[in-house]
Amino acid sequence: MSERERWRRETYGPFTRGAPERPVRFESLSGLPVQPLYTPEDLRGWTYDEKLGYPGEYPFTRGVYPTMYRGRLWTMRMFAGFGRPEDTNARFKYLLAQGQTGLSTAFDMPALMGYDADHPRARGEVGREGVSISTLDDFERLFDGIPLGDVTTSMTINCTASIALAMYLAVAEKQGVAWSRVGGTMQNDMLKEFIAQKEWICPPAPAVRIVTDMIEFTSTHVPRFNPVSISGYHIREAGSTAVQELAFTLADGLAYVEAALARGLDIDSFAPRLSFFFDIHNDFFEEIAKLRAARRIWARFMKERYGAKKPESLRLRTHTQTAGVSATAQQPLNNVARVALQALAAVLGGAQSLHTNSYDETWALPTEEAVTVALRTQQILAEETGVALTIDPLGGSYFLETLTDAMEAAALEYIRTIDAMGGMIRAIDTGYPQKEIADAAYRYQLMDDRGEKVVVGVNRYVMAETRAIAYLKIDDAVELEQIERVRRFKASRDMAKVEKRLGQLADACREGRNVMPVLLEAVKDYASLGEISDVYRQVFGLYREPIIF
Amino acid sequence: MTADRTVRVVVAKPGLDGHDRGAKIVARSLRDAGFEVIYTGLHQTPEQIVATAIQEDADAIGLSVLSGAHNYLFKRVLELLREKGAEDIVVFGGGIIPPEDIAALKTMGVREIFTPGASTQEIVRFVREHIRAAV
Repeated sequence: MSERERWRRETYGPFTRGAPERPVRFESLSGLPVQPLYTPEDLRGWTYDEKLGYPGEYPFTRGVYPTMYRGRLWTMRMFAGFGRPEDTNARFKYLLAQGQTGLSTAFDMPALMGYDADHPRARGEVGREGVSISTLDDFERLFDGIPLGDVTTSMTINCTASIALAMYLAVAEKQGVAWSRVGGTMQNDMLKEFIAQKEWICPPAPAVRIVTDMIEFTSTHVPRFNPVSISGYHIREAGSTAVQELAFTLADGLAYVEAALARGLDIDSFAPRLSFFFDIHNDFFEEIAKLRAARRIWARFMKERYGAKKPESLRLRTHTQTAGVSATAQQPLNNVARVALQALAAVLGGAQSLHTNSYDETWALPTEEAVTVALRTQQILAEETGVALTIDPLGGSYFLETLTDAMEAAALEYIRTIDAMGGMIRAIDTGYPQKEIADAAYRYQLMDDRGEKVVVGVNRYVMAETRAIAYLKIDDAVELEQIERVRRFKASRDMAKVEKRLGQLADACREGRNVMPVLLEAVKDYASLGEISDVYRQVFGLYREPIIF
Repeated sequence: MTADRTVRVVVAKPGLDGHDRGAKIVARSLRDAGFEVIYTGLHQTPEQIVATAIQEDADAIGLSVLSGAHNYLFKRVLELLREKGAEDIVVFGGGIIPPEDIAALKTMGVREIFTPGASTQEIVRFVREHIRAAV
């Protein structure tokens, strides 16, 4: 009998006869069982060097950089965007003045779906949940007075990411900043769009081809830029478990690697610039374990399956964001506490960058006051709590290491299933990840409705809501003004030039040439986001999703 | 058509918003509760939604909008229903919708709005109590 068994029988068991365990399910948010106690027995056969190693060294479980937060704190990057470009530009400048260290751009739905502000399908949506962008004129106003050689910018944009990258590089050129100095990240993860976020133009194969064009282009011309941010965030927000988030995200990453290798690129020429983005939900230890497992799995695949040689190719660098779905409309100030705890998990998990949600986001886009509290939460963590003083402070915890191993094993099981289907693109065609997520979301909702999963302020500790919160209102006039400006601007262009560029783009799309060089010329001649998207629509056709619910 | 036929609900995602977690959960809950559910899929125009509802002889339309475009999209659906003489189809919805907008939408004719934290039981109860199959 092991010592722990003895303890369970002689001490724990008899004790629970008088004072039983609480009548709850002892399992993680993903449904992994959680034991009353973890001891060295759980790590039998486990060796430090194989499982953990040292920060900045293979398999990077403890962190991707040798110094981690002793060298540089994580990047505090608050996602922002609304209204006209000048409205978002003002918010950017405010956030930088408050000590934020990187920018993160939210675009409105028309920009994310490839429509200009003046398109009939854009009506009602212009500038509503992100900034409105139609032409380079808008991009110039968005980044006016922001030095693109010094500030890195992350852009949450996918099927139109190639256009945003071209516009960003064109603005850098106009500022006189060499592309070699431009740093930032395009989300540009189309696979998770088909799986979870659902903003698309064309089907998966051509969509991944454009992603690959961007990977190829930036690896030679914009070496500090991350051309893709392989995202679990939206997968999780769509209702997946932490294990599914981990597995599907890494499987998406493997699909991009395969596509770039098929293009003839060398693994070490692009793998160092692949970046990731994970959700940080309520289950504290599970989220920390998820980030640690992600680093280890990725490093092993890069080294063992793809033979990457550069250490940078093995590093899973990740942005993180607190879980939007965990926020409640009821008792909204409780969200401040949730966000703080999730942010702590992100930091203990070794994230490179973090966005903290604002407490009012179940009502509307955040007010300046709410954003400030969210940013201050990160600053308190960084400067007051001491958690950034040492690297991977929870490493070696019997529980955390057991959980990290369990999540790794469960994710590898999913990845094997997807490999057996022929990879993620094929899996998406069959609706496999979509169905897995829809089922998990439904299960989660039922647990919530039955009160099996406590949500404070919603199904437990409910109060009558007395105080209305202030929230950000976007005036209808903003939309009309932006539409009018775009209309006037588009009418002032040299249309012969625009048409010529769009024709060249269509040729590049058809002939399989990299679209980036011609896109750059097209945006500089003020071809619009909607016009360029129309070329994609005509050449590649529209995606229709399988309806699964 | 008989008076006791099953209530038929079109669950729709209007506009460009891709957030379909809520719409799918609502569609599935209503189906599991015994209603007939037609889920339109994503990125529907108000015209498409109203055409589907009329064609499917729906008793209600449930709209899910998380993009902030609710004021325009809900209004447009109500207008089109009136234009087509189909204002007997009950419109309800949900999403990230601030309190003031909820009041305005209800005045405009939207029967109910559910916000984050609403349970599927509440939504099922609403459909059961407020929506009758057309005869």
